[in-house]
Amino acid sequence: MQLDEIQKRLLREVADLHKVPDGAYNIRANGKSVGRSSSAHIEIEPREDGAGLTVRVQPGTKNESVHIPVVMSQSGIKEVVYNDFFIGEGADVLIVAGCGIDNCGPKDSQHDGIHRFWLEKGAHVRYVEKHYGSGDGAGKRILNPGTEVYLGEDSAMEMEMVQIKGVDDTVRSTKAELGRGAKLVVRERLMTHDSQNAISNYEVLLDGEGSSADVVSRSVAKGNSFQKFDAKLVGNAPCTGHTECDSIIMENGRILAVPGLEANHIDAALVHEAAIGKIAGDQIIKLETLGLTEKEAEEQIINGFLK
Amino acid sequence: MLELKHISFDVHTSDTDKEIIKDVSLEIGDNRLVAVTGPNGGGKSTLARLIAGIERPTSGKIILDGEDITDLSVTDRAKRGIGFAFQQPVRFKGIQVLDLLRIASGKKLSVSDACPYLASVGLCAQDYIGREVNASLSGGELKRIEIATVLARGSRLSVFDEPEAGIDLWSFQNLIEVFEGMRRKISDSSIMIISHQERILAIADEIVVIRDGTLADAGPREKILPGLIGTASAYAGCRPKKYVDGE
Repeated sequence: MQLDEIQKRLLREVADLHKVPDGAYNIRANGKSVGRSSSAHIEIEPREDGAGLTVRVQPGTKNESVHIPVVMSQSGIKEVVYNDFFIGEGADVLIVAGCGIDNCGPKDSQHDGIHRFWLEKGAHVRYVEKHYGSGDGAGKRILNPGTEVYLGEDSAMEMEMVQIKGVDDTVRSTKAELGRGAKLVVRERLMTHDSQNAISNYEVLLDGEGSSADVVSRSVAKGNSFQKFDAKLVGNAPCTGHTECDSIIMENGRILAVPGLEANHIDAALVHEAAIGKIAGDQIIKLETLGLTEKEAEEQIINGFLK
Repeated sequence: MLELKHISFDVHTSDTDKEIIKDVSLEIGDNRLVAVTGPNGGGKSTLARLIAGIERPTSGKIILDGEDITDLSVTDRAKRGIGFAFQQPVRFKGIQVLDLLRIASGKKLSVSDACPYLASVGLCAQDYIGREVNASLSGGELKRIEIATVLARGSRLSVFDEPEAGIDLWSFQNLIEVFEGMRRKISDSSIMIISHQERILAIADEIVVIRDGTLADAGPREKILPGLIGTASAYAGCRPKKYVDGE
């Protein structure tokens, strides 16, 4: 597999990959697949139009992983990629996605990854998606991930979404439909700086009896950046739902949190929490009494908060 | 070790001009446990915050080991050997007890290095080392972790601002044992505890009484304590209601 040093670095940032991963994988670099492997229980096939993948996990597959990172090191690439995941009954897998863009040129680079997941009865997926940007060109690094999740009976999906650095513009749209007894857990960690914009929209439909959703975002907005967190839970059955937005603002950072709860069934129990504020002065002083400077104290507080 | 020379501290707001500390001079020697007591609102905590650098005096000098530290920041004072335990310990989302102990010690402590600090404040290290220092901890637990960070820091002078405030009686019994242990192991350092508690005053080498912002009395425990028993400056167990407003 041919990757240049920048692409290797991006791969480490978004997928923690230092070599070709074990199990099934597809690595996409500058708009093309540069390496792909299926495993005995997980099949990865390119779509006919070339813009994406179909991933099929056989029923009962346990403790296997799928890595599908995307790296872009050329300025000016714009792509939309559709990846579909079919997870068989009772399977339990880890899926690591993520996109790293290095843009040193004048043109915008943009990757819009549309991921759709169908989980059959009792399936369990842990999904990790990291976004990262680097490079000092005038061109923007833009990522617009779209995620759709269809959770069958008693299936469960845990999603960890991380965007810590370097992405100029992002609109993240996540939609989920939960069947009977299904469970969705989302942990989003986001930091924006300079003039970045990040919008995160969730719409979670709790359609099945006994379904549950827990969507938690922790974020830090620095510089002149702006974030919007819009999480809507819709309870259409006896269900429980919780969303939380916990944010730190620094300098001229701005955050808009939009709570959305819609209960259409008498036994739907939905909760929303949101807290936005600057770092508490006492937290800084406490760490200063332990010998840190104000700047070091801020870094420790933010690292902990986003850990 | 530490010398306060004619320290005064005024607060000016749009409605009031208030002198919180009035010309306090005080010396804390090496290897001493000094208790600072006095009625509520008398300026004890302010004095502690002035020593740590969280507040700056309006006039006067603070000298540590011969160096004038009056104009130094909190960070610089910490680096020169002043430790401070907050009356109301601060909570941090996401920062774990181990992280805080590592920051305090200035070293990348291993779990086994960090355990003795928690053990010495009566916490089972295994249960706490990975806990976040957040709202899931009780007031008593938080207080003990606060003290553990000050122990891990190993400062020349450790200042404790009302360690008994906000904790239950059971935790308080443990706390006294922690300070008794610290008193036994004191070496090349000193401890200053702001407290009303008779049991803390009883283990002090020296007692300082601050009242209405002034130094009302100071001297060896044997001399000062008998005159304080049963007053707002020293009481056993829970705080009697009549003293709450600083009578």
